[in-house]
Amino acid sequence: MPIQEHEIHWIEEPEIGFWEASLLPGIAAGIRTTLRHMFREPSVTQEYPEVKPDLPANYRGVHRLNRDDQGRVKCVACFLCATACPANCIEIVAAETPWPDRDKYPETFVIDELRCIYCGMCEEACPVDAIELTSIYDLTGKSRQEMLFDREKLLSVYDETVDSGKDPIRTRSGELGPASTLLEAKGPAT
Amino acid sequence: MHPFLHTVLAISVVLGATMGACAYLIWLERKLAAWVQDRVGPNRVGKFGLLQPLADGLKFLLKEDIVPAHVDKALYFLAPSISIFTTFLAFSAVPFGPSSGQSGEFQFVIAPQLDIGILFLFAAGSLAVYGIILGGWASNNKYSMLGALRSSAQVISYEIPLGLSLMGVILLTGSLNLEQVINHQTARGVLGWHVWYQPLACLIFFMSALAESNRLPFDLPECEQELVGGYHTEYSAMKFAMFFLAEYTHVITVSFLVAILFFGGWQFPWIAEADSVYPGATVVKVLVLLVKVFAFILFIMLIRWTIPRYRYDQLMSLVWYGLIPLTVLNLVCVMFVKQFGLPEVWLLPASGAMFVGATIVSAQAAKRRVSRGLRRSAAVQGGG
Repeated sequence: MPIQEHEIHWIEEPEIGFWEASLLPGIAAGIRTTLRHMFREPSVTQEYPEVKPDLPANYRGVHRLNRDDQGRVKCVACFLCATACPANCIEIVAAETPWPDRDKYPETFVIDELRCIYCGMCEEACPVDAIELTSIYDLTGKSRQEMLFDREKLLSVYDETVDSGKDPIRTRSGELGPASTLLEAKGPAT
Repeated sequence: MHPFLHTVLAISVVLGATMGACAYLIWLERKLAAWVQDRVGPNRVGKFGLLQPLADGLKFLLKEDIVPAHVDKALYFLAPSISIFTTFLAFSAVPFGPSSGQSGEFQFVIAPQLDIGILFLFAAGSLAVYGIILGGWASNNKYSMLGALRSSAQVISYEIPLGLSLMGVILLTGSLNLEQVINHQTARGVLGWHVWYQPLACLIFFMSALAESNRLPFDLPECEQELVGGYHTEYSAMKFAMFFLAEYTHVITVSFLVAILFFGGWQFPWIAEADSVYPGATVVKVLVLLVKVFAFILFIMLIRWTIPRYRYDQLMSLVWYGLIPLTVLNLVCVMFVKQFGLPEVWLLPASGAMFVGATIVSAQAAKRRVSRGLRRSAAVQGGG
């Protein structure tokens, strides 16, 4: 359909006065802005690594496997996270538990941290809040083998970060982490 | 001392100081840019990043020197050398301190008493456009070629107001000799500075000088958003460093020229007058000149982050419709004053009147453009 007559708005260029046309007020205002930013405004640079960034509670960093209240690994080896992972970086071998209240637990649980794209799908998929992504971002290793995190390593990440105060939302089922205050305004996550 | 040794000393001082100054001007530019943009700038290498130029220099020396297979080998190697050679050659006529003219003393200039000073400066500086053209042509790359074409058109267009704006100063002085220009100004103290009599010429010279060294707001040929790197895209490591050095040396030369031709050179009221002969006066004069040059360099760097870049057609219409007529008119005014023996102070209101006239003409032209656009849009509206 051609554009209707009433839909077109013709705009006039604002009248340029003599003073504006001489470009001097424009340049003077520009120099004033430049000098103000040079001398007055503080710099917004965050001097890493002396100052570490303040990350939000749901930051997607390195994974960890949560422990339950008896210190055992929460994971029930349901393979939901391995299935959900877009990068196919989780490898699980399930085994029968020696404990009376659970059927399965992961005998081996290996995440290739280099293949991982840190999307958080595994965290969303887990029905028992066993796998979570922490706020650790500066992860390095000297070999590819070093970056294959097995179950013990992932549990050790849990031991290190459980008291960090940056726990994600689903650490303790029922009890919400610091990001729960963000949810209050919008209602519960469906 | 033998005058030949004086020259060798002057050459080594100039080369060493200019190269060192270029390196630290790059540091200053990065720091200034950072402060204007609410950042911090380089501060990791040495305190306040002061060793950053050393790191940069080391990088340029050790970086892999890639010579693309498709370039014109001879011209490819020649282009940056021409750039840097002509800029340093132009600097040889610039005095960086007081010069008395006696052959026994150290003259603060590599080529003392050069009677064609300004002419030599422009002749040598004009050759720098070869570096740009050859750089773009030899790169065998259409973006570099376009950048080189635009840059060379810009450079040769702006050489005209660069020279014409100085014609007024030369007429007032009566000589092309740069040392004579300084002496003409210092003879009358602060009020003798040419900037009071030729403010418009000073402004036009400054703008043309910015355009000559491809600095913002005239840096279309090397802006990254449009042309990757322009004519120096295909150059790596040391050759790129030479283009860079040439640009900064050009900035330094031009700041020296503005300070010498319009702002009295080494003259400063009370502490560095023409007849100051207290011990250490020479050092004070050199320092005064260096401080003025530094102030202009700071201003050039500040302008870079203040004014948006000129589009190519705006650039060209500015020089051909604006700067060249103004400089010719300015020259006519000076000729009038000199011919009829009028007091030189009449040049100041004349410059103001020319500036006002140019502004009115450009405002009228802008209004005519707007009304033409409105008429065209009304015609389209009526017909469509």
